[in-house]
Amino acid sequence: MNSQIFHPFVLPFVLGMAFVLTYCVVGLFRVILQLPKDDRKKFLLSLVTPKTAWANIRDLFGDCLFHVKIWKRNPVLGYMHSAIAFGWFMIIVIGHIMLFTLKPLEGVEVEGFARTFTNFYYPIFFKYFAEETPVFAFLMDFFLLMIISGILIAVVKKIHSKIVGVRRITKFGFADSMIRFALWTIFPFRLIAEKTNIMAFWWLYSIDLLIFMFMLPFTRYMHIPTEALFILMRHAGLNAREPRKGYALAQLYSCPSCGLCIDACPMSVNDKMSGNTSAYFMKKLRNKDSEEAKRIAETCLMCGKCVMICPVSIESCDIKFSQRAAVPYEIHSDHSYLDVISTEAERSGEISSTKPKTLYFAGCMTQLTPKIMRAMKQIMETAGEEYECLDKDGGICCGRPMLLSGKVAEAQAMIAKNTELIKKSGATKLVLSCPICYKVFKDEYHLEGIEIQHHTQYINELVKNGKLKVNKTDVNYVYHDPCELGRAYGVYDEPREAIENVGNLLKAKSEKELSICCGGSLGSFNLTQKERDEITSNSVADLMFNNPDEIVTACPLCLKTFARKSPVPVKDIAELFVVHQA
Amino acid sequence: MDSIDLTTFNRLKETNPDINTCIACGSCTATCTAGNFTEMSFRRILLMLQRGKEEEAKKMIQRCMLCGKCTLVCPRGINIRKILLDITR
Repeated sequence: MNSQIFHPFVLPFVLGMAFVLTYCVVGLFRVILQLPKDDRKKFLLSLVTPKTAWANIRDLFGDCLFHVKIWKRNPVLGYMHSAIAFGWFMIIVIGHIMLFTLKPLEGVEVEGFARTFTNFYYPIFFKYFAEETPVFAFLMDFFLLMIISGILIAVVKKIHSKIVGVRRITKFGFADSMIRFALWTIFPFRLIAEKTNIMAFWWLYSIDLLIFMFMLPFTRYMHIPTEALFILMRHAGLNAREPRKGYALAQLYSCPSCGLCIDACPMSVNDKMSGNTSAYFMKKLRNKDSEEAKRIAETCLMCGKCVMICPVSIESCDIKFSQRAAVPYEIHSDHSYLDVISTEAERSGEISSTKPKTLYFAGCMTQLTPKIMRAMKQIMETAGEEYECLDKDGGICCGRPMLLSGKVAEAQAMIAKNTELIKKSGATKLVLSCPICYKVFKDEYHLEGIEIQHHTQYINELVKNGKLKVNKTDVNYVYHDPCELGRAYGVYDEPREAIENVGNLLKAKSEKELSICCGGSLGSFNLTQKERDEITSNSVADLMFNNPDEIVTACPLCLKTFARKSPVPVKDIAELFVVHQA
Repeated sequence: MDSIDLTTFNRLKETNPDINTCIACGSCTATCTAGNFTEMSFRRILLMLQRGKEEEAKKMIQRCMLCGKCTLVCPRGINIRKILLDITR
């Protein structure tokens, strides 16, 4: 303990703190001002709405402080992150608590402004200026050692990531590597300074803090302050509309580049393609490398696995989508020819008399796999359903592929025409065979009073109602969850329930929300056939984990894609219910 | 022949070298969703560009719904959807 209230070594810290606070306040106003007017209103209202306010408090503590989502994904990483972040937080909090218990120093009068000012740096350099009581001293040492244990794991992760269960880690540039080094050394310096009271280490500790805080806004560690804002905005229900503005900007800065999405991404089958993952996309976009950001956005399969696995819940697919929508086009689509298209019933003049209850929309991809269409027709006939095929002789695309290219207005033209045709048919149920269609019908179509079902749900319902009778065999099946059915809409149980009626269902290595994209996704524009094949092989190997006799999927595009690489037959779920019909 | 404007085609060849492998089999045209209602045909678009008929090609391309069936059936594995997007840029 030194009987003084100030020493020049605190200056680097004070300078760094002042810089970071100013930057954050300016950034906060910038992001809020960039929000479109209606979004801003929504955001501000959400702060005072009890329901969202409660969710805000829950997640601010759960995500920012206790890092619940990282613990769930990988307990070792959970400990690593909590040890450093929560430990640091506790040290600051305890430092402030100790400040209140502090007796005035003998012979030193600190009042008014000076007192407030000393409060600013006292908790950070407490041991230098004052004596800790034994309980607090123990707590401080405990949390400091906890932080250092976390740093040790981080060092191990950097050297050999597989030990902590991570295959690929994010590759960092100069700034990110340097700030990481600063962060790693802050706490050992503090420990040495506190224990030895050597001036040089107090200086090193303070300068390290300056480096960390000065570089913070320009590196991934900006996620520490930004995540809080992002959580509030996410709960307000905002959407990323422009790739580098408002809500999207808050997300770009909230991405900690932790790289959990790299191992999750289906493209990470080789080093080159793993550069297309969301962690790098966010980094490129944040650093205004717009050419690369554009390329990655258009390469992404849009399978949504990175969004699902992200410990910060960053909606990277939405940002990629807004990036695609921001690309200017010289030639715009002209779909005026759609106006003249009519339904079969309209043409034959049989409207109104016998309105079918069920409307079947096969979709473009199912047109390319007619066996699914045939199977579905047979199932519906056996079950005695009154049905009509909307696209018997080639219908209009559902609009999702056009949407995925970022051409929203053009997609709306198709959506409007399909909506018109569906409403005219008078059906009460719409059955789809393609999850790509399913997603856009659920998201963008306004079909009030019409139940939208994917054929896995429909078949499961028919079997449950006893309308479709099947024989159970002892064939071993494995089910592949299509991205747009599983991750997008949580349809995991119905297909599994249905398959168990006709055979044994084995587990894949990764399934349900962890299911790997087949590689055929229409979401990607840039991937070459060779690259797609590599992704497919990896996905097939994952499905073949328990040596099934057949692979079952519920998406015509997955079916076509897997058939190229699978060592066993690949079938659509509808086919099983034709083969095993009682 | 020398007066033909091949700017678009040459630009396309640079970014999408796979168009050189097209065998004009017509699979893309046969499966085309838009082709069911209009004269849309990727095979012809490529032919038009090769002959410098840019305006006609650009008019036809407006019919495309980007559904991707052409890309899936192409026996040469040409990334047709990407090329269609690139032409309209």
